[in-house]
Amino acid sequence: MAARSQKLVALVAFAVVVFLVDASRAQDQAPASAPRRIVSLVPAITEMLFAIGAGPQVIAVSSYDEFPPEVKALPKVGALIDPDTERILALRPDLVIVYGSQSDLEKQLERSGHRTFSYRHGGIPTVLNSIRDLGVATGHRPEADKLASSLQSRLDAVRDRVKGRAQLRTMLIFERQQGTLRDVYASGGVGFLNEMLTFAGGRNVFADVSRESVQPSVETMLARAPEVILEVRASGLIEKTPSPERDAWSALSSIPAVRNQRVHLLTGDYLVVPGPRLAAATEAFARALHPDAFK
Amino acid sequence: MITLDSTSESSLPRRMGRASIRGRLLSTIIGFGTLAVVTCVLAPLVGSTSISLTRALDPSIPFDQNVDAQIFFVARLPRVLAGALVGSALASAGVVLQAMLRNPLATPFTLGVSAGASLGAMLVIIFGGAFALGPLSAVPAASLIGAAGATAVVYWLATRHGHAISTSVLLLAGVTLNSFLSAIIMFVQYLADFAQVYRAARWIMGDLDIGSYDPLIASLPLVVLAFALFALLPSSLNLLSVGKDAAAARGVDVPRAQRLAFVSASLATAAAVSLAGPIGFVGIVVPHLVRLLVGVDHRIVLPASALFGAAFLVACDLLARTLLSPVEIPVGVVTAMIGGPFFLWLLVRKS
Repeated sequence: MAARSQKLVALVAFAVVVFLVDASRAQDQAPASAPRRIVSLVPAITEMLFAIGAGPQVIAVSSYDEFPPEVKALPKVGALIDPDTERILALRPDLVIVYGSQSDLEKQLERSGHRTFSYRHGGIPTVLNSIRDLGVATGHRPEADKLASSLQSRLDAVRDRVKGRAQLRTMLIFERQQGTLRDVYASGGVGFLNEMLTFAGGRNVFADVSRESVQPSVETMLARAPEVILEVRASGLIEKTPSPERDAWSALSSIPAVRNQRVHLLTGDYLVVPGPRLAAATEAFARALHPDAFK
Repeated sequence: MITLDSTSESSLPRRMGRASIRGRLLSTIIGFGTLAVVTCVLAPLVGSTSISLTRALDPSIPFDQNVDAQIFFVARLPRVLAGALVGSALASAGVVLQAMLRNPLATPFTLGVSAGASLGAMLVIIFGGAFALGPLSAVPAASLIGAAGATAVVYWLATRHGHAISTSVLLLAGVTLNSFLSAIIMFVQYLADFAQVYRAARWIMGDLDIGSYDPLIASLPLVVLAFALFALLPSSLNLLSVGKDAAAARGVDVPRAQRLAFVSASLATAAAVSLAGPIGFVGIVVPHLVRLLVGVDHRIVLPASALFGAAFLVACDLLARTLLSPVEIPVGVVTAMIGGPFFLWLLVRKS
């Protein structure tokens, strides 16, 4: 009971802080009127816009946008390194969402009197805050706040569901050369993948590396000896038995995950986008890590 | 005018007696061979993790539960052997091309082989593909095909007018093909996703972490064939590096020697690049350093470079995998960081 009320206090405190922060933000960014012609150059943000009901206001997206399906009909205006400034201006947007590193484009747009919204990938808090900020900026504040809190509670539910179970030492891999163990990219101790793994009841074997990604050598993978190997990909790599991609691991049989057949291959673009689908991805991680908790 | 190597020195070691060259060859091979063997024996004992050799070699522990043994036999040994194979192939190819082209700045990558290999690898990394050629997985197989294609084009261009290879056409064709293929690579990368572009860029930095013996077994026959051809070359290279006419006057079948040199160097380079990516500087630094130590006779320089190249790359890779562990430095960055300043120092010192 005491723990429960403590949690409640914490929750209220959090809500107050969020409210204050939001109120100050709202004052800074409060639009004269809600934008009706939004161009998004960041796929994760496009997903957030559609999820908070601002989809009908989006008139163009980046060339990498694929989700939700509605974006397929929208004009594509370049992306991170090759934004098509001329086309963006020609579309007469009243809000352009740029990535944090596109400062030249941002300046150019501001000089020509366009409102911009700059975003950088970060951890889960960044995603939730961006959703709330977008709500303010696009006139969908109630929906955005609702989405952010529902994502937070889904994440908390996953964490509670696997609570008390052994925190499995996990190597989370998001890329490697097909059919081999070369060119392996794993999540380091920073970023949304690492945080999702923690919610899902795993302990990242590269938690000590304060980078978003690590390129471990075969030796490092053997030495870190993960209990579970979780491989996630946007496409390709399909879980089936026998699987040539799983067989690639058989050479490293001293890794407990390989010996105990705990190499899990997950496919789907929702797994690797830091957007509104990250709660679903975290649930998928947790199901793979702790199948017993979901029986 | 850069006069670093044999191109400027015409006092050829012909006069030297056979016995004396044998003696020098023997002492060189013993000296450089010891260096190479010691490096290759020590390198697998060191790494980012400390392992117990007694445990690694203990047959009473099942292999699939013996981490030390797997680190030694699966992670380190293939990697060190790959370093030795690639290092000696690139260094030897450098020696052969520098002599044949009479250009001290020639490298194994001058004639377009590596750009062809890179294009092949890029295409697979970016557009995907899950095929395999025997023991070769998709990326090495594609880079080998790319290398063969580039070699064929350069060879055809250089031999089109008549029997002999024109070294100036060979050089120009190689350099042009390099830029042309690099432009295609840039275009392909421009079309690709960020993650794939990053992986493609990473491939170009070189990587010896092959994680199994299969890629080695696949490259070995090509390297062995290249070295068998190299063995026929040293005397002709001594004369070719003076000049075509001088060589012909002394009875060298110049077109044949040139073809042999070009084909063998391309073969060695293609095998090395498909195994480990285009690792730079080995093919230029090692030959010059060896010439500095043992003189200009290719009968000595070639085997010495092969052995020293192996030791050099294995040592560079040792630094690459230990300096910043658990994060690795790409081995091509290490060879360039050591090789670049060293080469500049050599240039300044000589001139």
